[in-house]
Amino acid sequence: MEKFDTLISTCVPLPIENVDTDQIIPARFLKATTREGFGENLFRDWRYDEQDKPKTDFILNHDRYKGAILLTGKNFGCGSSREHAAWAIYDYGFKAVISSSFADIFKSNALNNGLLPVEISSDFLQFLFKQTSDNSETKVRIDLQKQTLVTLDPHFSESFDINPYKKHCLLNGFDDLDFLLSQKEKIVAYEETNN
Amino acid sequence: MAGKTLFDKIWDRHIVSQVDQGPDVLYIDRHFIHEVTSPQAFSGLENRSLPVFRPQQTVATADHNVPTLHQHLPIKDSLSRYQVDKLTENCEKFGVSLYGLGHPFQGIVHVIGPELGITQPGMTMVCGDSHTSTHGAFGAIAFGIGTSEVEQVLATQCVLQYKPKRMLIEVDGPISAGVLSKDIILYIISNISTSGGTGHFVEYGGSTIRDLSMEARMTICNMSIEMGARGGLIAPDQITFDYLKGREFAPSGSDWEEHLSKWKELSTDDKAAFDKTHHFDATDIAPMITYGTNPGMGIKIDDKIPTPEQANGERKALEKALAYMDLDSGTSLLGKEIEYVFIGSCTNARIEDLRLVADLVKGKKKASHVNAMIIPGSKQVEAQAQTEGLDRILEEAGFQLRQPGCSACLGMNDDKIPKGAYCVSTSNRNFEGRQGPGARTLLASPLTAAATALKGCITDVRELI
Repeated sequence: MEKFDTLISTCVPLPIENVDTDQIIPARFLKATTREGFGENLFRDWRYDEQDKPKTDFILNHDRYKGAILLTGKNFGCGSSREHAAWAIYDYGFKAVISSSFADIFKSNALNNGLLPVEISSDFLQFLFKQTSDNSETKVRIDLQKQTLVTLDPHFSESFDINPYKKHCLLNGFDDLDFLLSQKEKIVAYEETNN
Repeated sequence: MAGKTLFDKIWDRHIVSQVDQGPDVLYIDRHFIHEVTSPQAFSGLENRSLPVFRPQQTVATADHNVPTLHQHLPIKDSLSRYQVDKLTENCEKFGVSLYGLGHPFQGIVHVIGPELGITQPGMTMVCGDSHTSTHGAFGAIAFGIGTSEVEQVLATQCVLQYKPKRMLIEVDGPISAGVLSKDIILYIISNISTSGGTGHFVEYGGSTIRDLSMEARMTICNMSIEMGARGGLIAPDQITFDYLKGREFAPSGSDWEEHLSKWKELSTDDKAAFDKTHHFDATDIAPMITYGTNPGMGIKIDDKIPTPEQANGERKALEKALAYMDLDSGTSLLGKEIEYVFIGSCTNARIEDLRLVADLVKGKKKASHVNAMIIPGSKQVEAQAQTEGLDRILEEAGFQLRQPGCSACLGMNDDKIPKGAYCVSTSNRNFEGRQGPGARTLLASPLTAAATALKGCITDVRELI
């Protein structure tokens, strides 16, 4: 997994709430048996029409907004457990998603793939949407070590929570499987006691 | 001293170790896998030259991507065929039991686990599918995981998880005629919202829940994820034990008695505290139907679609949903012409669902313009339906009986609802494009779906019974 330390980037605003994983990556693209290439189909049916032409009113098709940070409404990633949603977002080029809340399974999937879900207050989220709307060049700095999200000009900041274990994994590029494999003896001992 | 909830008891006794300031290493008793969320996990094992740690605790089936007609023939779509074949290949290579196409136990993963007696009280169970919460109906901790976590469980039979908070949802009172457990859960979600359960694991209780059959309980637990909850469980009781006795992989003989005595201890202590509680009165519950693009956007069948003023601050979301669905606020859904009816999915494709539908449509015919599909949840459900003669009743009424699979719940195979068409569906999600790009899904119970098929328009089943 790629390490995550600090990220400075402009944001792509998607001011929609309850964005579900069927929108992020529709079921018909889940037939792939590898982890690569999902970025192409990120938000597929919002991005393209039935003739596969880009829909001009969708944010990812605007030149105005570019960046490695997706800014989105509450309860992002609800619905299916498909990890393909996190893969699609990351593969497209986003390294962090900012919202006021995330669905549980999506949050785990994102963290397991080096995609940082940044949970901030709804007030600060509305502020960021406004800033980005007024000025598409608004840059934001996410500092995982300090757990802060800062707008660069004008300067406003807020802290965000992240569990210490996951933070440690992201900062170092560790994945859970390595840790679990190190627990094999304890797992076998558990089985012996409980059978 | 405060008591423990059933959820606490099961969780705590499955902790292998705890990470300092981190998650628990949770032991998993049963791991279900299917063709869509497992291939990358198996590749991960291969890359590290690891075996499946406990293949005998792992069960596979092919359900999401399989056709529901002509299952004896090779799958036409090459990507789908490759993915289903990959599961077969992986199961062979790694020694995992596979109930795939052609096997008498094949079916939707959350239908076959319980009917085979694999799902049992007090267990921890996971699957790369969010409706794994279904198995909670047996008093198990069952939840959905992503592919990376599937890999973790394959490799170590454990997963790293933070213990969720506990929510109690109690429903008391008798349910009225024509109201099913699907209506109960849709009613609950419409009240709590699609994020109302986030961060929590639910226990369902109360007299209404206690009176439900196992299959009806599974429908409720199935949709726990639709309120954002990690999962949902119902404490086991005599109804649970009677369901399990004699099932293929349920304990038997003296083993049965031993398990039974342990299962009887599985309940929440009187003095246990939950982090959040909701109470509902079953007499307030009527047949439900969704009008919008998430499962929380539901109303009683004879109510009107909310207006923006009634939308509780979710005005923008309501307007977007109604624009997609081409429905108007302040209007009734009754009488709206419907072209497609889908009766199936892990929510409602068990034998009791098929019996209820057959009872309603016996001797009648569906409206001629309606495409009505019934997808039994498994080969065993299909066989049972044939033994009871339900297949004849349903086919005579004009319903197309297909073969087991997830089918139009998510439209991954060829069973897609066309753009702009309305489908009354017994499945669990009505997101934009869920059943096919541009498809318009209205979630309902099997009775409401069947009544709608008969009349050709959205119908209050209470008028037909």
